[in-house]
Amino acid sequence: MNPAGPLARVVLAGVGRRRAQASVVALTTLLAVTASVLALGLIAGSRAPFDRAFAAQHGAHLTVQFDATKVTAARLAATGSAAPVAQAAGPFPVAELRPRIVGGPPGLPVGLGLPSLTVVGRNQPDSGPDSIDQVAVIEGRWATNRGEIVLDPDSLPPSLLGARLQLPDLPGAPVLTVVGLAHSAGGSARAWVAPDALAAFVSRDVPAGLQMLYRLTAAGTENAIDSGRAAISAGMPAGAVTGTRSYLDVRAGALVRTAVFTPFVAAFGVLGLAMSVLIVGTVVAGGVGATIWRTGVLRSLGLTPAQAAGAHVAQVLVPATGGVGLGILCGNLLAMVVFDGSAAAYGAVAPSVPLWVDAAVGAGALALVAVAALLPALHAGRRSPVDAMRLGRVPRPGRGRWAGRLAARLPLPRPLSLGLAHPFARPARSGVLAVAVGFGALGVSFAVGLATTLDSIAADNSRDEAGEVVVSTHVRVAHGPKSGAAAPGPAQAPVAAGEVADAGDAADVAKVIAAQPGTARFFTSAHAEVYALGIVGPVTVTAHTGDSSWGARPMISGDWFRGPGEAVADTRFLDETGAGIGDTVTVTDHGVSVALRIVGEVFDLDDDTVDLATDETSLRGLDLGLAVDSFNIDLRPGTDLVRYVDTLQDALASHPAVVRANLEEGSEVIAVMDALIASLTLLLVVVAGLGVLNTVVLDTRERVHDLGVVKAVGMTPRQVLAMVLTSAGGIGVCAAAMGVPAGVALHHRVVPLMGTAARTGMPRAYIDVYGPVAAALLVLGGLLIAVLGALVPAGWAAGTRATTALRAE
Amino acid sequence: MPAPPAIAIHDITKRYDGAASALAGLSLTVAPGESLAIVGPSGSGKSTLLNMVAGLDRPSTGSVTVDGVRVDRLNETAAAKFRRARIGMIFQFFNLLDDLTVLDNVLLPAQLAGTPSARARARADELLGYLGVARHGGAYPGRLSGGERQRVAVARALMNRPALLLADEPTGALDSVAAAQVRDLLAAVNADGQTLLLVTHDAALAASCASRTVELADGTVARDTHGSVARDAETTAACGTDGSAVGGTGGTVTGGPAPVSR
Ligand SMILES: Nc1ncnc2c1ncn2[C@@H]1O[C@H](COP(=O)(O)OP(=O)(O)OP(=O)(O)O)[C@@H](O)[C@H]1O
Ligand SMILES: [Mg+2]
Repeated sequence: MNPAGPLARVVLAGVGRRRAQASVVALTTLLAVTASVLALGLIAGSRAPFDRAFAAQHGAHLTVQFDATKVTAARLAATGSAAPVAQAAGPFPVAELRPRIVGGPPGLPVGLGLPSLTVVGRNQPDSGPDSIDQVAVIEGRWATNRGEIVLDPDSLPPSLLGARLQLPDLPGAPVLTVVGLAHSAGGSARAWVAPDALAAFVSRDVPAGLQMLYRLTAAGTENAIDSGRAAISAGMPAGAVTGTRSYLDVRAGALVRTAVFTPFVAAFGVLGLAMSVLIVGTVVAGGVGATIWRTGVLRSLGLTPAQAAGAHVAQVLVPATGGVGLGILCGNLLAMVVFDGSAAAYGAVAPSVPLWVDAAVGAGALALVAVAALLPALHAGRRSPVDAMRLGRVPRPGRGRWAGRLAARLPLPRPLSLGLAHPFARPARSGVLAVAVGFGALGVSFAVGLATTLDSIAADNSRDEAGEVVVSTHVRVAHGPKSGAAAPGPAQAPVAAGEVADAGDAADVAKVIAAQPGTARFFTSAHAEVYALGIVGPVTVTAHTGDSSWGARPMISGDWFRGPGEAVADTRFLDETGAGIGDTVTVTDHGVSVALRIVGEVFDLDDDTVDLATDETSLRGLDLGLAVDSFNIDLRPGTDLVRYVDTLQDALASHPAVVRANLEEGSEVIAVMDALIASLTLLLVVVAGLGVLNTVVLDTRERVHDLGVVKAVGMTPRQVLAMVLTSAGGIGVCAAAMGVPAGVALHHRVVPLMGTAARTGMPRAYIDVYGPVAAALLVLGGLLIAVLGALVPAGWAAGTRATTALRAE
Repeated sequence: MPAPPAIAIHDITKRYDGAASALAGLSLTVAPGESLAIVGPSGSGKSTLLNMVAGLDRPSTGSVTVDGVRVDRLNETAAAKFRRARIGMIFQFFNLLDDLTVLDNVLLPAQLAGTPSARARARADELLGYLGVARHGGAYPGRLSGGERQRVAVARALMNRPALLLADEPTGALDSVAAAQVRDLLAAVNADGQTLLLVTHDAALAASCASRTVELADGTVARDTHGSVARDAETTAACGTDGSAVGGTGGTVTGGPAPVSR
């Protein structure tokens, strides 16, 4: 007879007979693999979202804007043959416009002014598979006629599809409908219209521009980009190039954004992997006693030790393989859901789980299961069958009896004190249970803390500047317009020198705002570039007039400035100058210096410029020609926002001022992270619960006889339930009491790391997010994991008939 | 007026799936205070019968009434409480808990029944002392000999002064001296008015303790002898060789429904 026949039968019988254990093995591997695929897939998939999106869109290395009055389209087309240029596209008409929402689907903030957007005229998102800058349409369709516009939804109010936007800057203030949402990885534009639309709208009032897109033969470094830029503009009249943008700058910004979240995804990934390995290992190795006994019996029947061990491993691998297969499927599906939500956050091209992750996780899980099953089988193989049978059957009694005596003295009902003492009789098994609950508690504490941190960061930074209403102006505060001030990037409105109004205007605008019903308080902001010792290149300094302390950014340490001569700085500024709180730094402009005393460090997450903020009077010594860019207004409670914006805009009609509601934006990235945290935590908790379940199942099976005895002498099912749950719960509370502080410690390490990735410190408030009540609740959460995991086997223990239990000897 | 029976079993069968019936149409009535020996070949259903009476298992058909309570209809909780209050059981295979000391094993039924701990402790000491295992009180059952374990099991069964004592081979693992001690103890229990159901292969035990012998074969009553097979003269509750064991230490130890004062 073929020896594989009976062996296969033994294996299948083993799977069939131990159905409970087989399903636990299958379920645990399923969840562990799901968690691992998700975690590893996220780490791998989120590694280079910008690079992937940029490559997929064949993005432009260099975007250059020209003054249409100084160069001809034909001259621009010729730049495509410059030596460093590999490929060129354009020219496309371009303009900086400030749309205003005038209608659309219900729920839109009608009357709201959007920030200034670079609008490009293009016939289609891309002109072929090899064309430059193949803009990805996320939703809706491309603009085909004059009345339509496509927007990049990034940092705009949500759900703008279908909105009607008015362009007040243009003659006749035309109204366009948003027909699509799209994204250019290289950041060539924030909005698109049909080319003839822009040509028709643009008048002499708005500087007409032309945009060229270039891919360069060498684009790896700033220098390569710079020489490309030089070659392109060679021989052009002065002022022909109005702005350029290197993809490296866009990339740097994108990297900072994703780098922030890498420590957290990594921490979760490692946690999930460790937990999966642990639980799968213990689940599989858990039935050691039964394994040893069974291999002993099989060998006494004539199987070789290798065959007996093989039979056992195969018996575990059957359900594990099913679990691994399903787990890979679930992990990919879950990753798809998470990635789908993050498509916008990652730049329109949704990442996916790389194939190697599936392969590695699957193979790793199966290898782990095989090893965990093989060890006890080999252990048994070294003994004589009789030894193995004896060893496997009789649990070594006599451990932790001191605990039993101690517990018996406690003034507790006997079932509870029996339950409390039990874990000490089986220290190894209790250890497994404790580790499962401890890791679960660690994961939950970490997740809760992280979600709290992210939410408070989101809440504090939901507005890009202070105030419910912002009036954007360009009115001078001090004397004389300054040439060569902040060069506007493509996303900023070009500031023509002639537009800067008289110094008197700032005061006039302030008077109008102060007189406006609903105004609670306001201050002004002006920006300028200065130089500071220790920092290469200019530093952006923000000068405020009025009391700006109510609009202060979150502080990492120190306080907001209170008077002239005091300033606050962000972490990058302090790092680079080497200054600390209380130190005095010197800022210089045109050879004139002023001293500023640093009184506080501000939290600045998403800006990668070096920042300094102070009172306007501090900078009076410098000839900066400061122009107020914005009035930041706080409204009285109950003021109708849209009405306020409308009436203030009317009141300011004679001034070059745009009034906009400074709406809070939900951060897409944080929403994605919240979803991620929730799903990973849920997986961790379920895996922990399964670990508990498995341990209690094994334990109950071993103790079934004792359970029969206590029932025979009068313990009710409810008391049996209480006894088993007390055992698991006692371990759970102790494990959680260690897991929660570990989770808190992990959070306290990871959050500053996230800050470091964004080159900022973290305010204490974002780190100290656990109160004593929260900590106590988290420990109770550990108890809950333990009790829920133990509930099913405990119920089974309580429900078995006493005689069944007594005969299970 | 005749007192209601302590045990009334009516036509019970017990079938375990697949196997032949362990009990097949068995009926039996036991009067209060009666002491009944159950004999029969191995596998005839003796232990199964005791399990039914204790409410540890349920008959497939038929009814089991103990002290007027239909134990076959009790749910698990009610059955546990019923056992706690009325029944002491000495298992054929002792069934001591390995993780508890001898003393804790013996105390357990009293603790579950809510007996004040000082009283329970005194009672346990008394029983263990009488059975000659007091010095093992702090030991764990794994260290005891078979006979010592059996005596601990006896002590545990008597802890709550049960009105009904079910003993499955209570002397199976004992030498003749120890067996005599247990025999005297059971006799004293019965003399105090407690009903006794005794499964035994030990003719001496049956002879000295039981006023009636029931023989089982293939799950049903094959013979029911009022009066001991060996000693026809004794028909009442006077179980025991002479009165000394009963009136002496035994009376104090058993202290049934009407405890004998010191
Ligand atoms: N839980 C059970 N499952 C299956 N069969 C059972 C079960 N309990 C008892 N039996 C069967 O019922 C029959 C009677 O068993 P029982 O233990 O009552 O015998 P016994 O008279 O006490 O025998 P012994 O003198 O050997 O103790 C036996 O054939 C036994 O195999
Ligand atoms: Mg028996």
